[in-house]
Amino acid sequence: MTEDGNVLVAERVRKEFGGLVAVNDVDFTVPRGKVVSLIGPNGAGKTTFFNMLTGVYKPTAGRITFLGEDVTGKPPHAITARGVGRTFQNIRLFQHMTALENVLVGMHARLRASLFASILRTPAVKREEARARERARELLAFCGLKRDEEELARNLPYGDQRRLEVARALATEPKLLLLDEPTAGMNPQESAEFTAFVARLRDEHGLTVLMIEHDMRVVMGVSDRVSVLDYGEKIAEGSPHEVQRNERVIEAYLGKAAVEDMKRQGLA
Amino acid sequence: MAARQVGLRNELRARWRARPPEQRFAATIVLQVGFALLLWLLSLSLTYAALLAFALSWLRRVPPLPWRLALQVAIAGVFAILGPRSLAILLAIVFALLWAPPRHRRWLLPLAGLAAAVFYPFFGDRMFTIPVFGPFPDVGSGVYMVVFVMMAVGLNIVVGYAGLLDLGYVAFYATGAYTAAWFASLQFSNRSIHFGAVGLNPPNVAGIHISIWLLLVLAGVFTAVAGIVIGLPTLRLRGDYLAIVTLGFGEIIYVLARNGDNFGGFNLTNGPNGITPIDSPGWGHTLSSWTGGFLPSNYLTCCKATVLGHHLSSADVFFWTALVLLVVTVFCSIRLRDSRIGRAWIAIREDETAAAAMGIPLMRTKTWAYASGAFFGGVAGAYYAAFKSATFPGDFFFNISVFILCMVILGGMGNVWGVLIGASFLAYLNIAGLANMGAWINSHIHFIGSFQFPGETAPGLDVPAIASGIYGLIIVVVMLLRPEGLLPSRRRAAELHRGVHDEPLYDATHAGGGQP
Repeated sequence: MTEDGNVLVAERVRKEFGGLVAVNDVDFTVPRGKVVSLIGPNGAGKTTFFNMLTGVYKPTAGRITFLGEDVTGKPPHAITARGVGRTFQNIRLFQHMTALENVLVGMHARLRASLFASILRTPAVKREEARARERARELLAFCGLKRDEEELARNLPYGDQRRLEVARALATEPKLLLLDEPTAGMNPQESAEFTAFVARLRDEHGLTVLMIEHDMRVVMGVSDRVSVLDYGEKIAEGSPHEVQRNERVIEAYLGKAAVEDMKRQGLA
Repeated sequence: MAARQVGLRNELRARWRARPPEQRFAATIVLQVGFALLLWLLSLSLTYAALLAFALSWLRRVPPLPWRLALQVAIAGVFAILGPRSLAILLAIVFALLWAPPRHRRWLLPLAGLAAAVFYPFFGDRMFTIPVFGPFPDVGSGVYMVVFVMMAVGLNIVVGYAGLLDLGYVAFYATGAYTAAWFASLQFSNRSIHFGAVGLNPPNVAGIHISIWLLLVLAGVFTAVAGIVIGLPTLRLRGDYLAIVTLGFGEIIYVLARNGDNFGGFNLTNGPNGITPIDSPGWGHTLSSWTGGFLPSNYLTCCKATVLGHHLSSADVFFWTALVLLVVTVFCSIRLRDSRIGRAWIAIREDETAAAAMGIPLMRTKTWAYASGAFFGGVAGAYYAAFKSATFPGDFFFNISVFILCMVILGGMGNVWGVLIGASFLAYLNIAGLANMGAWINSHIHFIGSFQFPGETAPGLDVPAIASGIYGLIIVVVMLLRPEGLLPSRRRAAELHRGVHDEPLYDATHAGGGQP
């Protein structure tokens, strides 16, 4: 933990794909115990940035520090083991495993059973496995999936699949939870429930959350801070209220003409 | 055109369904009996087989009590009276097992299968002859079958659980076989190291001679290490690329074995002549007399006893020992599947990127799958070398890899029980079945039996010579009609019909930095 209370610090992080600069020297911090939202138009580099934080991509340049430790370019499993859990934009559950098994896979880094101990099924392994199952059931119940634990993931309704992804990410015992468009495809009712759920994670469980989100009601409803990416650059940062009225943000979303239009009408 | 055919088929089906059930029943019976009688033109036993198959197919369609029971009693009764008696007994046992409630069936069926295998030497030679396929295999063939089933169960860990297509599994078989050969033969005759080996003549013979039991473990460990060494550079690859590289390694091992008689003057593998003889397994006189002869002192010279009217032979003890090894393999395989690491394997098979994001170290976990599969391949190879008392480079052709893979695919990738069935069947075909089939075809189908195929010395079709083609055909047919295999794991069946995530791995973008 750094002294200023930031869980995650990204310094001048850059990612190039061939000639395309997807993320351009972005500085970014996530304070502990807060919900930070990352917004921006399609193709702004949000998911690329996420993928660098979780080790899926290696940054072209820059430095990522998690809990005071340099994790730049570390493989995904090592970053997960250090306490970063994530969900995916397009749901990536283990489709043919049950809900319970999905959550158990999430616990992989927290379980110790070795190959040989598993073959012998030693008392320690048995105990660990029983505890893991109990904990997985708790997590499913916490995410509102109690009755579906033996259901194959692909048979769950869409909203429940999103919830299961969160349960699986929570099973990794994260200190920082990354949510990539968690409410995509949800109806307003479900989105509102999910907003409350994220607030609960922060307030009751002290979790730090970083999410990419398009639904402004969700972003404004729960975020402590909002950062805006456009063409791979951070163009604004601040409280939801500040960002909402930021001229560059409106321009990025709606275009220059719209800003001038709004100015004329005295809105911005 | 195709659409019209489907339309016609649907119409015929609809018309058939519109008929009253009694009519359909009568028509089916007439057709089936007619077909069975037609087979009489080929052979009478084929008619019986067809009638039996049709009778069995009715079992599922009739209500359990009293009709199903009556039908079962009738079927078994017919064979009990007319013979073969052994078929009647087999059917009676199977029917009895099917009446067990499902939750008991889960352990009763494997147990019954194991019991049948254990007692096979006592009744195998009294079993009936199957039409076309010929008689039940002798116990010596049984050893071969069990060893190959063991390899298939090992490969199933790699291909079925972790989803890593390995076309070079024969490399592990070879490593195990040569480990046994090096440390239990005259190969290194300038050394003289003896440890627990039995039946040496003279007792102070040159070369390294270590007990086969130790060598089985050593071969397993050695092969697992070889698996890790091969795996480290190859397992970064995915799908097709991995398959191609493993195929290459399989070939390399063969070439090494073949040309290994002169590594800068050092004779490692004795080249094409192979290493033979290899010491026989055995427990030595002390252990043998302690156990009252239960553990034979030397397998090759074993057994003067007669049990249940059956003269024990050396093949019998080789067979039982192989069974013990197989049971251990199956046990480990199931324990692994249901463990933390087994879940990780399945997760990797389903979606590597998500698995990595859940904290599963991809390389390490895949390497464990490779090493586990290699271990059992190595043990099987070492045991088989000891059984044959020889190992030759020619045993390790590429087609053996495909053959073992074929066993896994036929049985059902990921399901141990399916693999056991698929592998037993194919191993039987390879050791005896194909030859029997060839003989049957040539003697019963006249125009094939008398046809002079080009390049053949005698008229008739040489079925074992086209074995690879037959296995290839089996793979193609299984993949088209039932990609999940005979007895699939529920999970794998769903995957093969729906597909899994197959997006590029993060490694690719790590290395090349191409478009995501």
